[in-house]
Amino acid sequence: MYGWIWRHLPGPTASKAVLALVLVLAVVALLLFVVFPYVEPRLPFNDVTVDQ
Amino acid sequence: MDPSRGRRDEQDRTQRMDLVSGGRSVRGGLPPVPGRPAVPPRTPHREAETDQQPDLRWDETATGVRYQDDRYDDDRYDDRYDDDWHEDDDAPAGRRPRDPLWQVAVRGFGQLLVTAGLVVMLFVFYEVYVTDFLNDRTQGQLSDQIHEQWDAAPATDPAAEQVAPPVGAPVAVVHIPRLGEDYEKVVLEGTTEDELSQGPGRYVDSALPGQQGNFALAGHRVGKGSPFLDADKLLPGDPIVVETASSWYVYRVLGTPGTTDYGVDANGVPGQQIVTPDQVAVINPVPGGTADAAPAGAYLTLTTCHPKYSARQRLIVHAVLDGGPISKTEAPDGPPALQEG
Repeated sequence: MYGWIWRHLPGPTASKAVLALVLVLAVVALLLFVVFPYVEPRLPFNDVTVDQ
Repeated sequence: MDPSRGRRDEQDRTQRMDLVSGGRSVRGGLPPVPGRPAVPPRTPHREAETDQQPDLRWDETATGVRYQDDRYDDDRYDDRYDDDWHEDDDAPAGRRPRDPLWQVAVRGFGQLLVTAGLVVMLFVFYEVYVTDFLNDRTQGQLSDQIHEQWDAAPATDPAAEQVAPPVGAPVAVVHIPRLGEDYEKVVLEGTTEDELSQGPGRYVDSALPGQQGNFALAGHRVGKGSPFLDADKLLPGDPIVVETASSWYVYRVLGTPGTTDYGVDANGVPGQQIVTPDQVAVINPVPGGTADAAPAGAYLTLTTCHPKYSARQRLIVHAVLDGGPISKTEAPDGPPALQEG
């Protein structure tokens, strides 16, 4: 998977490295600000109330 | 010893090397490694062939051992020692032979697992740090909002505050000196995740600040600003100061002050307890009593999860109102209890 991505990034190694970093940051941002806030209330880790 | 002899040897060797490489000067070359023959500079195979050199290759040590088939493991030594380099010429440049499908599949699966692990770690980082960071901003906005509200409609009569705000609106500000000199959290109305992700929430049917009954709050232990992270560090007698538009209310954690004995008061309410999540009685008008019992004191109850990072149990802290409301006009900077802790 990672090898495939690396081979399909254009340009010389330096440009590949920059693009890979941008990709990683984009994925992290997507997870932190979109996916996790959406998923998190559906997970049972954070119940702090008492209820029936 | 004849000092010129060394030089002569040098010359001899140079001549021989010239002979070997057809008059071209020898490029590079490695210093001899002790215990093994010196390594010649690598000349491309094809070049040697086209030059039509006699089959005279590097044989400086005259041992008859040709470098093409030395005994060194080519996987362990540098490429320059590679005596299989003829084969390298056969491989098309820049093309790796394709791995068998099962190898590709196994590698893909392994990378998937590693990725999943990293995502889970990132989620923990998000829960513990990023939500705190986001909550800081939310709390700041809420604090501005409630203070503007208070400034716009200054209330002086505590009795006028006996109406619950709509769900999601800020109710009051809680100060807990034990949890930090500047600990203050805006409490919202309601205890769904919408509210709790912004700050502690008031159970909608519980009492309002200062009222008889039980002013019950829920708050996150870890993440979302971690309002009740250290709720277990509250000791008997510690003040919990609630600020409303008009007044300050000082609640004190039940138990024997100065000790860690949380005890039980006249109504059987301890200062701290750990219960299972279904024990809703802790937020009843008299904590631990029935839901419809008549209030028998002005309590404050904090509920949060326990142990940290788990939702298995609930940590409950009970406090009781100490004295009456303190007017904000009399004490604009708060009651002396704020300086405790």
